[in-house]
Amino acid sequence: MMKVAYYPGCSLHSTAREYDISFQLVCRKLGIELQEIPHWVCCGSSPAHVTSHLLSIALPCKNLILAEEMGLDTVVAPCAACFNRLKIAKQEVAEDSKLKKEVQEVLGKPSAGKIEVKHPLQVIIEDVGLKKVEEMTRRKLQGLRVASYYGCLLVRPPSVINFDDPEDPQSMDNLVSALGGEALPWAFKTECCGASFSLSETDIVFELSGEILNEALEAGAECILVACPLCQSNLDLRQKGIEKRRGKKFNLPILYFTELLGLALGMSMRQLGLSRHIVNPSKLLERKLAVT
Amino acid sequence: MKCSIASDKFRRKFAEQIEEICGERISLCYQCGKCSAGCPVAYAMDYLPSQITRFAQLGLIDKVMKSSTIWICASCQTCSVRCPRGIDLAKVMDALRILAKRKGIVPKEQIAPLFDGIFLGSIEKYGRLNELSLITKLNMASGRPFKDVSLLPIMLKKGKIKLKPQKSNPGKEVRYLMRKVEKLESK
Ligand code: SF4
Ligand code: SF4
Repeated sequence: MMKVAYYPGCSLHSTAREYDISFQLVCRKLGIELQEIPHWVCCGSSPAHVTSHLLSIALPCKNLILAEEMGLDTVVAPCAACFNRLKIAKQEVAEDSKLKKEVQEVLGKPSAGKIEVKHPLQVIIEDVGLKKVEEMTRRKLQGLRVASYYGCLLVRPPSVINFDDPEDPQSMDNLVSALGGEALPWAFKTECCGASFSLSETDIVFELSGEILNEALEAGAECILVACPLCQSNLDLRQKGIEKRRGKKFNLPILYFTELLGLALGMSMRQLGLSRHIVNPSKLLERKLAVT
Repeated sequence: MKCSIASDKFRRKFAEQIEEICGERISLCYQCGKCSAGCPVAYAMDYLPSQITRFAQLGLIDKVMKSSTIWICASCQTCSVRCPRGIDLAKVMDALRILAKRKGIVPKEQIAPLFDGIFLGSIEKYGRLNELSLITKLNMASGRPFKDVSLLPIMLKKGKIKLKPQKSNPGKEVRYLMRKVEKLESK
């Protein structure tokens, strides 16, 4: 059994509980043991990197050290923003000896810099493998038309992330195909949803997320698949507001890829926490997949 | 557009400050405009991202800091991936915000920096983000007390926010960490 350190980040303990629930269930099924990092702290997200460069590196490093102390060699971070910040911190410290010294001074001890940072998609595709996932599928997605939306932080900057294509990523699409769904080609896979502006510059989120919903609908999507709690929240929680502004109904469920994977592996909607979504996915899923 | 440019020495100093914070050299920019063409937020900015780079090259600090551009840049990094001169413009935007905050010249009407401050305050106190207090504090600070209030009942019902803040045990450690960062940076 593969054992990894788990960094849930703040969102998975609050706005994105269903991502946490579905990810843990899927891991159990796929034989991955998650060990939550004890006393992990917030990665600092955008507020840190737009306020202090050193802070934006020190906070993720603190978590990397905590994970290293667990004696594990991989840490997995499902939030694309946390994943991004952990990867960047690790790389910058490795490349910049002055920064490394400063981080050490702030944290009181150095990070060995050996631990690998991964996103769950990477673990599932690279470590478990789609072939195995396909074999374990108990419920095919029956041609469910899915627009996979990757957003910014899961694929950029490519020099640090080193996973998938920064302009036309495929990993979630490949997962959808392996599960028997229809992965739609569309142009907005990596357009920005407005990210952390949800509360501060909400109009920008209405505009950018509105364009994404619109493109997905035009491409024929029945739902949008995401791998980041910020993207999910902007597209789901703000969808009603967007509909009102644009005078157009979308009614597009915004699902985490772990939820769709969980359904395909035979879990129920209730188990996966799907009732927590604002745009209710149950009608679509009952009709298409005959799940409850 | 008519504007007076800063002295050579001053321009160099500004470019150096940016480079010191983020490691990026704005002098490399040759104004192709590719960053602006792909920027998803360009429609809402008063100056395009490429204009900001040009102003920065010319040492026009005030114009840069008072623009809406650097405050509503969403850090999406589209520009960084596409710049033919290899400039990570998202990092430059970060550096400009950091400089403005250090110099205490953040425009009052910008809401994003209020958000940043309240967010970091939550981490300092709890070690983690406390969404509910973030929403209420930001609303008060930005003079929009009822913003998103209609969303609160459904968020509570769906378990998306909690009344009780989530905490990390080493909350105090984070406070200590942040103090140390501040101290090192003020040196
Ligand atoms: S893409 Fe790069 S070189 Fe072109 S204008 Fe923008 S920053 Fe300058
Ligand atoms: S990082 Fe900022 S400036 Fe660059 S494309 Fe994104 S929003 Fe525009």
